[in-house]
Amino acid sequence: MNYKRLKRFRVIIAAIFLVLTGLLFTDIRHIIPESLFNLVLWLQFVPSAVKFIDAGEAAALGFMAVLILTLLTGRTYCSFICPLGILQDISGRVGGIIKKRFRRYGYKKPHTVVRYFILALTLAVTLTGGIFLLNILDPYSIFGRSVTLFAKPVVLWINNLMASAFHLFDSYALADIRIPPFRLMVYVIPALFLLLVGFLSLIKGRLYCNMICPVGTLLGLLSKVLVFRIRIDGQKCTKCGRCAVACKSSCIDFLNKEIDFSRCVVCFNCVEKCPDNAMNFGIGSLRKKETQFDPERRAFMAGSAAFLLGLPVLQNQDKSVRVPVPVKASTVKEPRTSFVSPPGSVGISNFTSRCTACSLCVSACPNNVLVPSFKQYGITGIMQPYMDYHRGFCAYECIRCLEICPAGALMPLLPEAKKLTQIGKAVFIRDNCIVETEGTACGACAESCPTKAVHMIPFKGNLTIPETTDDICIGCGHCEYACPVTPYKAIFVNGNPVHTAARKPENVQTQLKHEDFPF
Amino acid sequence: MKRRDFVRKSAGAGIAAGAAFGFGGYGNIMKTHPEAPAYDMIALMGGKPEAMFDLGIQELGGMGLFVRKGQKVLVKPNIGWDRTPEYAACTNPALVKRIIEHCFRAGAKEVYVFDHTCDNWTSCYKNSGIERAAKDAGARVVPANSESYYQEISIQGAKVLKNARVHSVLLETDVFINVPVLKDHDSTRMTCCLKNMMGVVWDRGFWHRNNLHQCIADYALFHRKPALNVIDCYNVMTKNGPQGVSKEDVANLMSQIITTDWVAGDAAAARMLKLDPSGIDYIKLAHSMGIGNMNLDSLNIRRIKL
Repeated sequence: MNYKRLKRFRVIIAAIFLVLTGLLFTDIRHIIPESLFNLVLWLQFVPSAVKFIDAGEAAALGFMAVLILTLLTGRTYCSFICPLGILQDISGRVGGIIKKRFRRYGYKKPHTVVRYFILALTLAVTLTGGIFLLNILDPYSIFGRSVTLFAKPVVLWINNLMASAFHLFDSYALADIRIPPFRLMVYVIPALFLLLVGFLSLIKGRLYCNMICPVGTLLGLLSKVLVFRIRIDGQKCTKCGRCAVACKSSCIDFLNKEIDFSRCVVCFNCVEKCPDNAMNFGIGSLRKKETQFDPERRAFMAGSAAFLLGLPVLQNQDKSVRVPVPVKASTVKEPRTSFVSPPGSVGISNFTSRCTACSLCVSACPNNVLVPSFKQYGITGIMQPYMDYHRGFCAYECIRCLEICPAGALMPLLPEAKKLTQIGKAVFIRDNCIVETEGTACGACAESCPTKAVHMIPFKGNLTIPETTDDICIGCGHCEYACPVTPYKAIFVNGNPVHTAARKPENVQTQLKHEDFPF
Repeated sequence: MKRRDFVRKSAGAGIAAGAAFGFGGYGNIMKTHPEAPAYDMIALMGGKPEAMFDLGIQELGGMGLFVRKGQKVLVKPNIGWDRTPEYAACTNPALVKRIIEHCFRAGAKEVYVFDHTCDNWTSCYKNSGIERAAKDAGARVVPANSESYYQEISIQGAKVLKNARVHSVLLETDVFINVPVLKDHDSTRMTCCLKNMMGVVWDRGFWHRNNLHQCIADYALFHRKPALNVIDCYNVMTKNGPQGVSKEDVANLMSQIITTDWVAGDAAAARMLKLDPSGIDYIKLAHSMGIGNMNLDSLNIRRIKL
C-alpha cells in the first residue's frame, strides 16, 4: 500500500467538508435543502453533543460517531471534519508562502497545564453555569460566526456587484440582497478569535487546536488507545527529522521515534514527507512503548476534579434576561421586559442553555430577523441570536431556522404548530401612533398582522386606530417592523420568557355577493 | 452605458412618453391613438378571469389600442403577501397570464412584472403563483426588493408626496398596465387601483407617516399613469384585509372591471365591497385633484354578464 496517498485522501475529504459547511453559512439565496444542512453538520462535535445531552435526541449521535472514530483512528475529526481546523491548515499554507520558516515546525513540548485547564474550566462552567464558555471556544461555532459575520457580507457584496452589472445589460438574473448592517459589539468576540486563530495557525500550525481548543484536548485524551495509528518503522528510519519539521502539531519526537497522539491531528503530512518510507498507518505500533505517565498532567487532572466539585457556587448565576435601557430620548420608549427568542426555542432559559451560537440560523434566516445578541440575554448569552424586529420579522410560513439548528436549541415544529406558538405579544403604544399624534390614517401594523391580533377599530371621524388581541398574537413582529414611527415604535413585541400556545384566530364565512352590478 | 447616463436617458424618455400621453388625463391619450376605447369602463360578471378579460378587452377595442408593436410593457399586479391564490391576497395569476398574452399578441417586445412586496419577495412571487404564470406567458419577472432598483422622481402638484423613489422598470417601459386585486383594507377601507401604486415605490413608510390618503392621491399625479387598469374581482377579500386570516374572508364575486380611469375604477370597486366611494378619503381626494372621475353615473360603462 502506498501510504503517501493518505495525505491526498485527507485533503480531498477536508476540502469537501469545508466547502459544504462554508456553503451552508453563505447560502444567500436560501436554496440549500434542510436535509443537506442536517447531513453535513451531523458530525459536528459540540452541537451534536449538546443536542444529544439536552434533548436526548437519538438522531443526534454524530458526536458518538466522532468519539468512536477517535478511538479507532485518533483526532481525524480535527483534520477531516472540523471546519476551523481545515481553515487553519489553509492559513498555515499561506504562512509558509509568506515565510518558509513559518511552516517549519519541529518538535515542541505540549502545553499540558494550559490545555487541560481550559478543558476542565469549559467542562465545569458548562455543567454548572451554562453553555457560554463552550460557545466561545467551540471550533465549529467559531467557524460559523466568522463565516456569517466576515465572509457572508463579502459574498453578498460580490452578488450585489454582479447584480448591478447584470442590470446594466438589462438582466435581472441576479437579485440585489441587502447586506446586514455592521454592529460593533456583535463583531468583537468573533474578530478577536479570528485574529487569534488566524495568527497562531499562520506561524505555529495547529497550536490553537493543541493549546486552547477544548474539543481538540478532549479528543486528544481519547487518543491514547488508538486502534489505527501512524507508525514509525525503526528499521527504515534514519532520523532525518523531516517528519518533525512537517508536523503542524509539533508532536513528533523523531530522535526517540515517538509521536504524541494526544496532539496528532492525523493529517499524514509526515507520512508524505518521509524520504525513507519509514512512516505508515496501521494497527497498533511496531515498537512496544512502555507505559509512560506525565506526573504533571496527573496532578493537574486531580486538581481539576477538585476544582469541578467546588464549582457549584457558579450555579446561582442569574440566568434571567437583562434588558438594556434605550439611550435615545423619544416620546414613549418601548417598555420591553423581555427580548424574543426564536420560535422552537421553547423559552429563553431553554434556548440559552442549548444554543452554541454558531450563527447558522442567523445566516439562513430569509428575513434577517435573527441577530447575534450582545446583552439581550445577559452577557453570558452573548452571540446567541434573538429576534430583532427593527430589522426584520418572522415570516408566518417560514420554519427554516427550526429545521437546520444542529444543536437542537431550536426544536423542529411543523408550520401549523409554529403558527400557533406565541413567542411574544404585541403591545400598542397609543401615544407614539401616527393616528393619535397626527390624526391621519396609517394601519401599517394591522395590515402586516397575519392573524389579525393587531386590527383597526373606529377612531375619530373616518379614522381607525390599532387594537391588539393578546391570545391570538404569535409575536412574529411584523407589526413592529412595519410601524413607520422612529426611533421608538408605536407597537412592539414583548418576548414571552417561556413560549406559550396561541389561540387559533376565529373567522366567519363572508356573505357578500351581488346578483347584479352594484353600480 | 454609464448608470448616470442611463438614468438620465430613461428619465428623458419617461418625460417624453409622459408628454405624449398627456398630463391632463385620459382625454389626451386617445388623441394620439388612431381609435379611442369604446367605453370608459367595462364591467364583467359571471365568468373565469381569463374569459372575462378576453371579452372585456375586445369590447373596449382590443389590446392594440394600448400596446403597439415593439413597445415595452409593465404589468403590475398586487403580489404583496406570501399567500396562495385561494386567499385572494394577490392578483389572480391566471388573469395576469392572460393579460401578458394579450400584450404579446398586440406586438409587445417585452413584458415586465414586479411588485415591492410586504412579505419576503421570493416567497410572495412563488406562492402567489404569479411568477410561474407570468414566466409561462413569456414575461420577465423582475425583483423589487432592493433600493438599488429605484430612482428618485418628483411629482408635480403633489401636496405631500412631492418626491418618491420608483422602480426603474416603471420609467423604462412604454406602457403601464395596472392589475390590482380588490380587497378590504383595515386602514384605508379598501385597496385597489390607486393603492396598488404603493408597490412601485421604495419607501412606503413615508406614506404611512405623512397622511396616507393624501400620499395615495398625490402619487396618482405622477406622469407615468396606467394606460389601462384591470381590476381583479374574481375572488374578493371582503374582510381582514389586506392580508386575510383564512379563506372565510373570500367571496367569489366572479367579476372584473376594466377601465382607463383609475379613480372611476376604485369607485366602482368600492361599490363591489358595498362601500360608498365618497366615504373613502383617497378616492375623494383624487377626484377633487382632477385625477379621475368618481361619479360613475356620468361615465359610459358597458356592463356584461357572462
